[in-house]
Amino acid sequence: MTAVATRSDRRAPRTRSGRVPWILVLPALVGLSFLILPFAGLLVRAPWPTMVERVTEPEVLAALWLSLSTATVATLVSLSFGVPLAWMLARTEFPGRRVVRALVTIPLVIPPVVGGVALLLVLGRNGLVGRYLDAWFGLTLPFTPAAVVIAQVFVAMPFLVITVEGALRGADRRYEEAAATLGASRVTIFTRVTLPMVLPGIGAGAILCWARALGEFGATITFAGNFPGTTQTMPLAVYMAMQRDPEAAIVLSLVLLLVSLAVLVTLRERWVNP
Amino acid sequence: MATRTTPAPTDSDPSPHPGLDADLRLSRGSFDLDVRLSCPPGRILALLGPNGAGKSSALRALAGLVPLTGGHIRLNGDDHTTTAVEHRPIGMVFQDYLLFPHMSALDNVAFGPRCQGVGRAEARERARALLDHMDLGDHSASRPPRLSGGQAQRVALARALAVRPRMLLMDEPMAALDASTRVAVRSRLRHLLEEFDGVTVLVTHDPLDAMVLADHIAVIEDGRLVQEGTPAEVARRPRTTYVARLVGLNLFRGEARGGTVTLDGDGSGEPAGVEVREARHGRVLVAFPPRAVALYQERPHGSPRNMWRLRVEGIERFGDQVRVNLEGVLSLAADITPAALAELGLARGEEVWAGVKATEVECYPG
Repeated sequence: MTAVATRSDRRAPRTRSGRVPWILVLPALVGLSFLILPFAGLLVRAPWPTMVERVTEPEVLAALWLSLSTATVATLVSLSFGVPLAWMLARTEFPGRRVVRALVTIPLVIPPVVGGVALLLVLGRNGLVGRYLDAWFGLTLPFTPAAVVIAQVFVAMPFLVITVEGALRGADRRYEEAAATLGASRVTIFTRVTLPMVLPGIGAGAILCWARALGEFGATITFAGNFPGTTQTMPLAVYMAMQRDPEAAIVLSLVLLLVSLAVLVTLRERWVNP
Repeated sequence: MATRTTPAPTDSDPSPHPGLDADLRLSRGSFDLDVRLSCPPGRILALLGPNGAGKSSALRALAGLVPLTGGHIRLNGDDHTTTAVEHRPIGMVFQDYLLFPHMSALDNVAFGPRCQGVGRAEARERARALLDHMDLGDHSASRPPRLSGGQAQRVALARALAVRPRMLLMDEPMAALDASTRVAVRSRLRHLLEEFDGVTVLVTHDPLDAMVLADHIAVIEDGRLVQEGTPAEVARRPRTTYVARLVGLNLFRGEARGGTVTLDGDGSGEPAGVEVREARHGRVLVAFPPRAVALYQERPHGSPRNMWRLRVEGIERFGDQVRVNLEGVLSLAADITPAALAELGLARGEEVWAGVKATEVECYPG
């Protein structure tokens, strides 16, 4: 009887989740506002009345186009070299693999300006490799859009390699074994089984890589210079504008913010949550 | 424990051995596998054993997924000991089937033929025919996550057979299925396997799967082959305690002298004796089913039974029977009816007379 009475007393069974853990929630909210508030500042201080004409200025459009195109090319280059590199790190055994893995992450930890200097020393007109490119092929890389791409690949590719390597390590290798028992060669296994199964990881890596390339500043200005129209990307344009016309800098920043947000949201929908 | 049989005269033998002839030796750390297997074409060999016994390693070695440290693998006279996985004439069905989740059932089945260089249209045609044959025609466009366990198993089988293997390897083909569908799926699998004209080797830890699916059973324990035979032989004459438990028999070792077997005791007290129906001499194994054991409060008079005074160690419900575990000069299990249990009024720790007719006792060389 008592059992029946008790049951009818609490009609809707509830799971108690306990009290709100403020010790976690409070710092989380502080962190979140720290990340979001600067963008609010941009929105508040933006010169809204003159926005349209400022955004459509040829210099802004040129910088935007250069940024988007170089970041995209840099991502494609990173994909074509970085995915095989990630495969090599995740799926093969060779002496010194740990060292190679550490080397891959160097661009992540050194300041990008240092990377730019290093690139200049190697690929510059008098650089270790650059002098032969100049002498044999008449190719000078520094201060060209190609240099922008190279600088971006240098700083952004490690993000892709690390992400894809993680995805490959997390993938169930027994599917690769199943493919092998069906007669698939290693290349077929990679293209038809492994690659499709780690596609979300590759997508996430490519997004990280693209975002990092889009924001690249230090290596670019050192190695590629700051020539409007050819090597002045959006981050460089924002920095230059800040010196003479802070309002222009705000406009450029907002444009960069909106474009990258739009691209990231679209790609995330497509790749990460198919 | 029984180990490898004498090496067959293989290298000098020019006549091709039809089917599988494998001598699998591999050691990895403390694990050591050493088994000889053979199976003629069109037959199904089950590797039965407890978890960690090495049966899956044996299967992976046959597939070439782990390299052998010694021995050989020959199939229809061709040596495949060092053949790369992708060039072995095998098809494999994995434990959770491992159907590629990003491909339709049809593309999964067509994958193997495509890898072998068959044209796209022909590979798809072959896949479609196999799926139709397995009553999966309606599911050829389905992605693997949408298939039921039994359907996924058949797609995996179709995928393995699509490469036209000479040897089909199956790793725990029933393990991923829920209990309610097992019986139907098992008999259907048996039916499909019977049509395959190559060698089939399947790994299982479930004696029922082995009995129903296989023509021949090889029991592996601790990396060694401990017993081989047809399902009926293995079920009737188990050679190890593990097999005896699997097939539900009481098993003892002993020394036969005529119609009496003296069981190996544990050293304490008088060893028990068992009367058997045919005279033998030397080391033997003695087996009888728990349902052949009858229990009595008082020793019956004038019956030609084997009789032991034993102590009740445990009583448990076992289907519509009650299993009584008994200890004493020998330990055995007896299956009696609930009514008999009530009549005997047995409880743990009590003593009881246990009897088995000599004609119920199976005695064979050990």
